[in-house]
Amino acid sequence: MNPIYLDNAATTQVDSAVMEAMLPYLTDLYGNPSSIHTIGQLARRAIEQTRNSIAKNIGAYPDELVFTSGGTESNNHAIQGAAFALRDRGNRIITSSVEHHSVLKTCHYLERRGFEIVYLSVDGNGLVDPDDVQRAINGRTILVSIMHANNEIGTIEPIEDIARITSEHGVLFHTDAVQSFGHVPIELHNPGIDLLSASAHKIHGPKGVGLLYIRRGTRIHPFIHGGKQEDGRRASTHNVPGIVGFGKSVSIAIEHIERIRRKITGLRDKLIQGIINHIREVRLNGHPSKRLPNNVHVSFRGVDGESLLLSLDMSGVACSTGSACSFATLEQSHVLQAIGLDEGMAIGSMRFSLGRFNSEDDIDRVLEILPGIVDRLRSVSSFHSNNQG
Amino acid sequence: MSGGVDSSVSAALLKEEGFEVIGITLQLLPKITNPADNTESCCGTKSIRDAQEIAAELNIPHYVLNMRIQFRDMVIDNFVEEYAGGRTPNPCIRCNQFIKFGILLNKAEELGADFIATGHYARIEQESQNNEYMLKKGVDTKKDQSYFLYVMTQRQLAQVLMPLGSYRKEDVREIARKHDLHVHRKPESQEICFIESKDYRRFFEQHKPDILVPGPIRDSHERVLGTHSGIVNYTIGQRRGLGISSHQPLYVTRIDRDQNTLYVGPRDEEYHRDLLTENVNWIAGNPPIGPVRIRAKIRSIHVPAEGTLSPEGQGKVRVRFDRPQWAITPGQAAVFYMEDRVLGGGTIGEER
Repeated sequence: MNPIYLDNAATTQVDSAVMEAMLPYLTDLYGNPSSIHTIGQLARRAIEQTRNSIAKNIGAYPDELVFTSGGTESNNHAIQGAAFALRDRGNRIITSSVEHHSVLKTCHYLERRGFEIVYLSVDGNGLVDPDDVQRAINGRTILVSIMHANNEIGTIEPIEDIARITSEHGVLFHTDAVQSFGHVPIELHNPGIDLLSASAHKIHGPKGVGLLYIRRGTRIHPFIHGGKQEDGRRASTHNVPGIVGFGKSVSIAIEHIERIRRKITGLRDKLIQGIINHIREVRLNGHPSKRLPNNVHVSFRGVDGESLLLSLDMSGVACSTGSACSFATLEQSHVLQAIGLDEGMAIGSMRFSLGRFNSEDDIDRVLEILPGIVDRLRSVSSFHSNNQG
Repeated sequence: MSGGVDSSVSAALLKEEGFEVIGITLQLLPKITNPADNTESCCGTKSIRDAQEIAAELNIPHYVLNMRIQFRDMVIDNFVEEYAGGRTPNPCIRCNQFIKFGILLNKAEELGADFIATGHYARIEQESQNNEYMLKKGVDTKKDQSYFLYVMTQRQLAQVLMPLGSYRKEDVREIARKHDLHVHRKPESQEICFIESKDYRRFFEQHKPDILVPGPIRDSHERVLGTHSGIVNYTIGQRRGLGISSHQPLYVTRIDRDQNTLYVGPRDEEYHRDLLTENVNWIAGNPPIGPVRIRAKIRSIHVPAEGTLSPEGQGKVRVRFDRPQWAITPGQAAVFYMEDRVLGGGTIGEER
C-alpha cells in the first residue's frame, strides 16, 4: 500500500519538473556564479534568470529578492537585520505569540540584547487584531513582524490591515510567509510589506533554499557576512541548483495557483466534514474560513496525540501532531496555548496538511481508518486510567 | 533499543521468528550538560542515534518516545528521596515497574502491539497446568537479570517477551556478528543511567544539596569517631571513604537520617540473619500460605542464600537466613528464589 502523505506543511515532495530543471546544475553547469569565467557566467545567468522570474511572478523588482537557505534564515535576517539597523531610532519590536520558532527565538535573542519585544495575544481562532498592533506601536517601535499564515493551525492573519497601520506609523513590517507563499496570493504593495520570508520546500521545491523580499529603500543589516554575493546583503556561494529549482517551483505554483487552491480546498473541506461527522468530541482549530487551503488541524478529546500519530504512521498515513520542529519535546504547542486550548484537547491534536499530489482517494482512505483508530485509543486509554498500575 | 548488543539481538531474533518488530527507544535522561562527555548506557540522545542505526540495519521501523518527565517524577525524584531517608535505593527496579512495564506497556497497547520485548537475561514461561506465568533466571548465571524484574505482575508477564533468557552472552554476541549488526559498546548496566560520569556528589549537589551536610560518625556505643561528608555518600557495608584510622577495618552498619549520623562497626557487626521486606510483589499474584524454604538475594551481586520466608500480612515478609548475611541494606531489594524461579520480592525495610 502506498503511504499517504499529509504533512505538506512540514515539507513537500519535489515536483519532477523542478528536479529536471535542477539537474544540469548538479552535473554540467557547476560553476560558481561569482566566478568571472564562462563556466561561472552560465551559473550566474541561471540565478539571475530565476530572480527575474520569481520577481515577475510575485510582483516584485528583481533587486528586492535575496536568496537565502530557507525560511528560518530569512526570518533571522529580517528581524535581526532590521533591529540592528534601526537601533538608533528605537528598540521596540512587535510580534505575535503564535509565530514560528525561528521568529520567536530570534526575538528572545534580541531581548537579551536590550530590545523590547511585545508578543501580541490572539483570539481563540489564532487571529491577531490589527487594533492591538496599532495600540502597541509607540515612538520606540521599529518593526512589526506578523506571520501571514500559521504553520500549525492554518489561520491567515490580516496582514493587509496590519501593513496599512505600520506604513501610517513609519514602522517596518515583516511577514513570515513561508506557509502562504505560492498557496494564496500575496499583495506586496498598497499597502507595503517591507520584508517577506519564503521557502522553496513548502511548494514542491528543494530544501535548503528560500528568499527574503526586501522592499526598495529598506535598509537592514546583513545576517551572513563574508563575500559580496546578493549585492553585499547575503554572503555565501549561491546554491545554484536550489535556486533554479526554487524558481521552477514558484512558476508552477503561481501558474496554477487558483486551480490548485480550489482543488485542495475541496479536499480539505471533505476531510474536515468527514472527521466532524464521524468522530465525536473533536474540534477544528484555527479560523474556520480564514485558513490555508491545505490545513486541517483538529483535536480529539481523550486521545494521546503521539499514539495517534504513530498508529496512523503504521497504517500508512503521514501527518504531524503540530509543528515538525517540536518533535519529541512533549512541550505543549505555544500556538495551542495561545488560542487557549485546554490541555486535555491539546494533547490529542493532529495536523493534516494537504498538497498538490494528494487525491480524493487519500482523503477517503484517511476517513476510513481514522474513526476506528480514535475509538481504539479512547477505549484503551480509558481502560488504563480506570486500572492504574 | 539502545543500539547495544542485547536489545539489537533481541530485535533480530524476534524478526527471525516472524514477529512484526517495531523498535522503540525511550528518551528518559535529562538533557546532558556536556555532549562530549556522553558516557550514557541508555535512553539519551546517543542511544537514539545508535538504535536508529540498528533499526535501519534490521529494516524495522523505529520511534522515539519521550518520557523524561515521567522518568524524573517516578524514578529520579524517588531515588533522591530514598537516599535522603538514609536508604540505598535501586532505581532500575522502579524504572522497570513504572516506565518499561508501566507506561511503555500501556503505550504499546495503544499502538496495537501484542507484546513488548526487552533484552533482559531472564525467562518468562507459562505453567503447563494453569497457564500461570513464571519468571525464571536467565540461563547465563553471570548475566541473569531476574533480580530486577521481581516487580512484574501476571498481566505484565503475559505481554512481555524476553528472547535472550535462554542464551549466554557469548552466544548473543555471536548472533550479532552473524547478522552483521554494528552494535555499539555500552557501559555495563550496573551503573545508574542518570548519574553522569558516576559523579554521585555532583548529582546530589544539583538535586538536593541539603543532604550533603556533614555529621558525626559513631560506633555502636555512640562514641564519635569522625565526621562524614553527608549520608548520601555512604551505603551499608561501605568501608572506603570513612576517614577513620582504627586497629581493625570499620564498615558502615547503620545510617540514621534524622540524626544525620553514620554508624560504623567491625565486620562482624554487619552480619545478620533476619530481614523484613515491604511492598512485596508475588509473581504468582498471591503470597504463599505459610513459611517456605527459599534462596534470597539481597543485592544484584549477592549469591542467593538459603533461608525461610514467612509472610506477615500487610505486604510484609520476614526472611530468616540459615547463615548470617553481610550488609543487609534498607532500600535494596530482596528477591526470593525457588531453584531458578522467582517467587517474588520486596524492599528491605529498616526493622529486622
